[in-house]
Formats: sequence, structure tokens, C-alpha cells
Amino acid sequence: MDLIPAEFLPALPEMALALAICVLLLVDLYVPDRLRDLSYLVALGGLVLTALAVGESAVDGRVEIFTRSYVSDPLARFLKLVALVMVATVFLYSRSYLRDRGLFKGEYYLLGLFATLGIFVMISAASLLTMYLGLEMLSLSLYGLVAFDRNNATAAEAAMKYFVLGAIASGCLLYGISIIYGVTGSLDFGSVAAALGRGETEDLGVLAGMALIIVGIAFKFGAVPFHMWLPDVYEGAPMSVTLFISTVPKLAAFALTLRVLVEGLGPLADGWEPLLATLAVISLALGNVVAIAQTNIKRMLGYSTIAHVGFILLGFAAGSRDGIEAALFYTVVYVLMAAGAFGVLILSSRAGFECENIDDLKGLNQRSPWFAAMMLLLMVSMIGVPPLAGFYAKWWVLAALIDAEMLGLAIAGMVFSVIGAFYYLRVVKVMYFDDSDGGAELVPGLDLRAVVSLNALLVLVLGLSPEFLIQLCTDALG
Amino acid sequence: MTIGLLSLLIWLPIIGGIAVILLGGRFGSDRWLSLGVAVTTFVLSLPLWAGFETGTADMQFVERMPWIRMFRAEYFLGVDGFSMPLIMLTTFLTPIVVLAGWEIIKVKPAQYFAAFLIMEGLMIGVFAALDALLFYVFWEAMLVPMFIIIGVWGGEQRVYATVKFFLYTFFGSVFMLLALIYLYLQTGSYSILEFHQVPLSLNEQILIFLAFLIAFAVKVPMWPVHTWLPDAHVQAPTGGSVILAAVLLKMGGYGFLRFSLPIAPDASQTLDVLMIALSLIAVVYIGFVALVQQDMKKLIAYSSIAHMGFVTLGFFIAWAILARTGQDAGIAMGLTGGMVQMVSHGFISGALFLCVGVMYDRLHSRDINAYGGVANTMPKFAAFMVLFAMANAGLPGTSGFVGEFLVILASFKANVWYAVLAATTLILGAAYTLWMVKRVIFGAVGNDKVAALEDVNGREFLLLGLLALFVLALGLWPAPLVDVMNATVDNLAAHITQSKL
Repeated sequence: MDLIPAEFLPALPEMALALAICVLLLVDLYVPDRLRDLSYLVALGGLVLTALAVGESAVDGRVEIFTRSYVSDPLARFLKLVALVMVATVFLYSRSYLRDRGLFKGEYYLLGLFATLGIFVMISAASLLTMYLGLEMLSLSLYGLVAFDRNNATAAEAAMKYFVLGAIASGCLLYGISIIYGVTGSLDFGSVAAALGRGETEDLGVLAGMALIIVGIAFKFGAVPFHMWLPDVYEGAPMSVTLFISTVPKLAAFALTLRVLVEGLGPLADGWEPLLATLAVISLALGNVVAIAQTNIKRMLGYSTIAHVGFILLGFAAGSRDGIEAALFYTVVYVLMAAGAFGVLILSSRAGFECENIDDLKGLNQRSPWFAAMMLLLMVSMIGVPPLAGFYAKWWVLAALIDAEMLGLAIAGMVFSVIGAFYYLRVVKVMYFDDSDGGAELVPGLDLRAVVSLNALLVLVLGLSPEFLIQLCTDALG
Repeated sequence: MTIGLLSLLIWLPIIGGIAVILLGGRFGSDRWLSLGVAVTTFVLSLPLWAGFETGTADMQFVERMPWIRMFRAEYFLGVDGFSMPLIMLTTFLTPIVVLAGWEIIKVKPAQYFAAFLIMEGLMIGVFAALDALLFYVFWEAMLVPMFIIIGVWGGEQRVYATVKFFLYTFFGSVFMLLALIYLYLQTGSYSILEFHQVPLSLNEQILIFLAFLIAFAVKVPMWPVHTWLPDAHVQAPTGGSVILAAVLLKMGGYGFLRFSLPIAPDASQTLDVLMIALSLIAVVYIGFVALVQQDMKKLIAYSSIAHMGFVTLGFFIAWAILARTGQDAGIAMGLTGGMVQMVSHGFISGALFLCVGVMYDRLHSRDINAYGGVANTMPKFAAFMVLFAMANAGLPGTSGFVGEFLVILASFKANVWYAVLAATTLILGAAYTLWMVKRVIFGAVGNDKVAALEDVNGREFLLLGLLALFVLALGLWPAPLVDVMNATVDNLAAHITQSKL
């Protein structure tokens, strides 16, 4: 490719995605409403193109470009591919939902792709500033997406809440970044780590910067006590947007934590590991306990996210390579499970009916036994029961914790998982044990049916033979 | 690549079960297809018995291949004298359970039969797995079909009972997972056989032992974590109760033999008084509790707990014998007694739950007071019921006698008072079982409904007859069962008397 200078090649995926966004902008401007499917297809095409670019941009090992502010490594490529697959899944799930509600507009795909670009930038960030850039791009797109159904007051309220709290969190993060920059004199993670490694870690400023950065990370993940936005946004946003927020940005949050804390502030590990452990345990506790009290299934899954985030953070808190690999595996599996769960909810909704209360799933086994079985697989996987992928995620994190001699954290994780089992079981109970109160049989389109089934069965297949994904995660962090 | 016999036994019912769900009774096929799968599995399991080498304690029918290479977890199957009889018990009971649900299951029959078939595969997997992670996968996976079985086809309080069942057992097993991971980090492998050999300090052993104890005590169940069992039994459909009592409870006992005793022998020795005390409480106290029950299923559930107390007593009496006599004679007797008791209890409790099911199908009541004089209208049924009740009370000549006798004999070697307490079961067991029989089966016809009862039909006769055959055969001639596990028992007895410190 002569068009692009060789040293820019690692950034090919971002360029391809940006190109796709421009094309989508133009196309969407000129297509009439009845041909809106074209925008959808362009968006999907853009994702495929980007995936090809990710393959094309493969370089050996780790390459940093743009004066050490952009990095391409196996992890970045792995996360980007997973993100692309998940965004495509989200788009596939959302189409009929949006169409039924008169929301089938190009902006959904446009904002979705912008958010994806932000995620890409975060994944490949090699400096604090690049990270911040990607994060803001992601966040602003998400604020827009949440308020996307503009006549819906709840959605607007959720977006407002998200925006205000998100702005505060971004402010904290930026403040932390500026302090770290002030102390170390550099922005790229390598130099920051080197400066900190020289023993300036005792500096109070460094610790303050680190704490502020952790606030930003915790907010993005939705870890307690920075979780307040999460249930409201999950509940208020249209289902297709909740689906997006609950899945792909978690990959970015993983990248954020890994790049900033492990690669940048690695020498401070003794400082941030206990902080992450604390965040993790209170997230597990609050998420699992409060989820029990929910009747709205979107809120319930919101609190469940908080609990799962706790487990991901436990992986980081273990402070070993094994723990980070476990956290990566957990993140990928979680994203897959959450996508499937919201997929079933989208599928159970139809024109004029939102499947958003747990009771709306009543008697699903009588109406649509196949999808009840799929939801059963997903719920059981979220509990962490083998042979489903969710089990291996928990098991790997636990193994890392026990290896790091953090038995207390491991026990806390397990006990809260048992508590959490209750509210997932309630979903199963409603689907299987309760009689249907007049809901109709689900008649989704073929594409939706196929993707939901594939998604849930993938959780099962990865559970029967987890080696493949485990290998990918280990290689990515190689 | 050839598929091993054990793999076949695990996966045939699971795949058969999935096929039953997918067909969904579309061709009126679910009952016959399920029965076909269950019977085929049983027939296929016969070579397991026939081809079993009785002279060795080594694992047989071994299959081993990599599963998750990064963690050295393997797809590692094999059976010895402990697991083989339990697998046979499972494959024998599943067709019976399918037949028991033949007519009464009206709601989603395909899912009902499929759940039992999938359960069968998973249960065989638990007994056959020699890789700890694989074992845990089967062990936990079993919860899901059982949760559905109790919750969908159970009684009025089914949701409460099934959630309690799930949470209790799930809570128990997560601690086992921690112990398994710890052992993996010590040995670098998930092979259970390697776990047996790893040296551990006493503190480590005690923590590991307690972690396993939580898991297995819930499953057995031992006092005081038994409370889920009466609820689950009462609410479960007949087939669910049968599988629960006959096979699921055995997993706790099997876990002690496969994990606790050989991995942490010194901890078992240190904590043997605790274990013996819990076992005796189960035998005596739960025996009294059974006496006052008004609900037949609850009564049999409590009787199961008491009988399982004998199993754990037989396993842990070993150190009391060692401490008192200084020699290991009698240890093997206790272990054998516990094993025989497990298999025999599988038949007897299964049969008793079937009997209650037969009556419940007709009268829709489990209340003892709703019956009376059933023998007048159901003579054939009454004969079976009395036989199984006698076996439950430990009458010589039935399988219930052999295990209890061996365990009491072993207890005598340890401490006369242990034996005396254990022997109260002969009185208590007879009291609660026979008193129930007296009130339900004998006497004048209790009411009009009982007067209108019809005797067992051909299908029910077949089920009860088969079980009766085994209960009598095992009681009159237990040698085949005992021979099968002799070598394994001796090996375990030798292994646990070697300190790991």
C-alpha cells in the first residue's frame, strides 16, 4: 500500500474505521427513509473492512508509532477483533428493535461507529493523552446514544445523569493525568513507568495522581462507589443502546486499566492493587445484593454488571500475568454473555412492548422453549456453573488469586457469587416455573434468531472446550 | 479415534436427551425414545461390570487425553471398585425413573425425560472423572437439570424447595473448587491420582478437608446441613426423588472416598471425632425426627439422612479403630460397609419413593393419615411396600442388613458406645418405617378413596419387581458387590493409614 506510509501501517484499522464513518455520513445524508437499510449495510461493511485492516496491520511484537503515543501489539489486535465482532452483533440485534420503534436512523450506526473508533484509540493508546482522547470520543458518542430516543424523557434523564457524572469522572482522570505528567515529565506509558521506577513513587503527588486515575477507571467500569450512573443508564436507554453500553465499552475499560495501571503505573502496583481489591470486593457485594431487589431486568443486569466488574478487577488485583490473562478472559466472556442476555430481551420485545421487567419473561418456556433454553444457558453461565464459559472465567480469576496467596479475596468472590446466583435463578424460575400470562410466542426474524442462538451456544461451546479462548487470551498478552 | 466405554456411557444419554428435547415429542416419540436411550445405556454398561478386573485397585477403562493444555487439565476417565458399582446403580435406575414418569407427566414430557437423561450422563461423569476440574464440571452441571426437574414438575412449594436445593449445594461446592485449585497449584496438574500422592502439612490438610467437608456434607447430607433434603424430596416429582435419594446423595459419600480420605488422611484422623459425632447425630437424632413425620416422603427423606449417617460412620470409624487397637483390621470392614450401604440405600430408598409415587398418583396425597388399610385394595402393592420397608429397617436377608451390620461390627472394634448408638438405628429404623407401614398399609380401610384404589398395573409391577429382586439378591448374596470393591477398599485402607506428614 503506497497510499499509506509504512510507519502508519499499524494504525490502519483506525483509518479504515474513520473512512467507513465518513462514507456512512455521506450515504446516510442522501438515502431516503425507505432505503435506510443501506446505512445499516454500510455500517456492517465498514466493520468488515476494519476487520480486514486489523489483519492487514499485523506486525511482529510490539510497535509504537506517532512519537510513542500509539501502540500496536497482539493484545490490541485481539481486543479490536473482539470489539468488531461484538459491535456487529449489537447492530444485528438492534435492527428490528429500532425499526419497530421508529428509531431506525443512520445516527445510531454513526454514533456506534464513532464509539467504536474511540474504543480502538483507547485499546491502542500508548500515552496518557491518547488514552484520554479515545475515552472522550467513546463517552461523548455514548451520551448521544443514550439520548438517542429524543422523545423519551427517561432516556433524556439517563443521558443527562450519565453526562454529568461522566464529565466529573473525566475531570478526575484528566487531573490525575496532569499530576502524573507534572511529576514524571512525560505522557507515554513507557517513560512514565521508567520515571516512576527510578524511585519517585514515594511522592505524595504521584499517589494523588494515581488515585484520581483510578477514580476515572472505576467510573468507566462502573465499579462501586462510582457506579451510580450505571443502573439508571441501563434502565433509561433504549434496549439496543443498553446492549451496546453493556458490552463493547467493557473491552475498552479493560484496555484502559491494563495500559494505564499495568503499563504506565506498573511501578506503583503496591499502591493500586489494594485499591482495586477494595473496589472489587465492594462491587461484588453491592452489585450482587442490590440486584436481588430489582424487578426491572435491565436494572438487574446493570447491577449484575457491577458484580462482574468486581471479578474482573479481582483479576487485576492478583497482580500477576496470570491474573491479567484471567481478567481478559473474564471480560471477553462477560461481554459475550451480556450481549446474549440483552439479545434475548430484544427478541422478547416487539412493537409497542418492552420486555424490561423480569415478569415479562413469564412462561417463556411455554411460549418459546428454544429461547428459554438459550436464556437458561446465559443465566447459568453468569452464575458461573460449568460447563458454561462463565465458570472458567471465575475459575481462572480464583486460580490467579490463590496463586498470589490472596485466599481472602478468593473466598469473598465465591461467597458473593453464591448470593448472586439467586437473582439469576429467579429469571430461570420466571421462565420455567411460572405460567405464561398471555404473552405471545416470539416470532423474531431469522437473522435475530440465528444470532441469539449462535451467541448462547457459543457460551456453551466455549464452556465445553475453553482451550481455544484461553489460548487466545494467553497469546494476546504473550 | 475410538470412543471409550465410559465416554459412551456419559455422552450417549446427554446427546439422547438433547435429541429428545429437539424432537419435542413431535412424532409421539419422547417416551419411547427416552426409554430406548436409557435402556441402551444400561445394556452398554453391562460390559463395565463383566470386564471389570476384581483383583486390582488400579483404574480401569481409562481414557486420557488433553483438554485444557495451559492448565494441564485432562479429559481423564476411569473406574475402580468404588465408582463402578455406583455407575451401574445409575444406569440401572434411569430406565426405572423414565418408566415411573411414563403416564403421570403431562406438562412438557419431552423436557422431563430429557432432563433425566442429561442427569444420567452427568452423574456417570461425576463417578468416572479422574481429573478434578472435569469432576467439578460434571458435579456442578448436575444442579441445573435437577433445579429444573424440581421446579417445573414439583409440588406446591417447588420454587422454594428447588432454590434452596440449588443454593445449598452451590454454596457447598464453591469451597471445594478453592481446595481443588489449591491442590492444582501444589501438584501442577488436575489429576486426582496425583492429588492422592501430594504431601501436605497438617494445617493445609485440615483446611482442604474442611473445604471438601462443606461440599460433601451438604450433598450427603449430614446433620446440620441436611435441611434442604426433606424440602427437595417432598416437592420433587417421584422420578426426581428417586434420583435424588438413590444417586445424588451417594456423590457426597463418593467424594469422601475419592477426595477427603486419600488427600487429607491426617486431617481425617485429627477430625475423626467430629465426623463420627456428626454421623451418630444423623443416625440417632434424625431417626427420632423421622419418627414424628406425617408426610411419607418427608419420612423417607429423614430416613435417608439417617442411613447416610451410617455411610459416613463406616468411612471415618477407621481412625477410632486404629487408635484403639493399633492395627488396621476392621478399617476395610467399615469402608466396605459404607459402600454396600450406599448401593443398597440406592435401591431401597428409590423403591420406597416409587411406592409413595404409586400411591400419590392415585390419591394425590402424601399424608399418612389419608391412607389406611391399603393392603385390602392393593394386595400386590402392599407386598412390595412391606418388603422395602423391612429392607429399610435392616431386616437380615435384604440388602439393608449387610451394610449396617458391617458398619456396626466395625464400630464395635472402635468403641462399644459408638456401636451401641449406631445400633439404635435397628430400633428406630424399624420403628419409623414399620409404624408408617402399619398406618398406611394395614388395618381397616381408612376411607372411601382408599376403598376405590386399584392395584399396581403391569408397568408399576415391573418397576417394583425389578427393585425387589435386587434388594433381595444383594441381601442374600452380597459377595459379587463386595468382591468388586475388595481390592480398592484394601488399597484405600493401606493408603490412609500412611501419614502424609
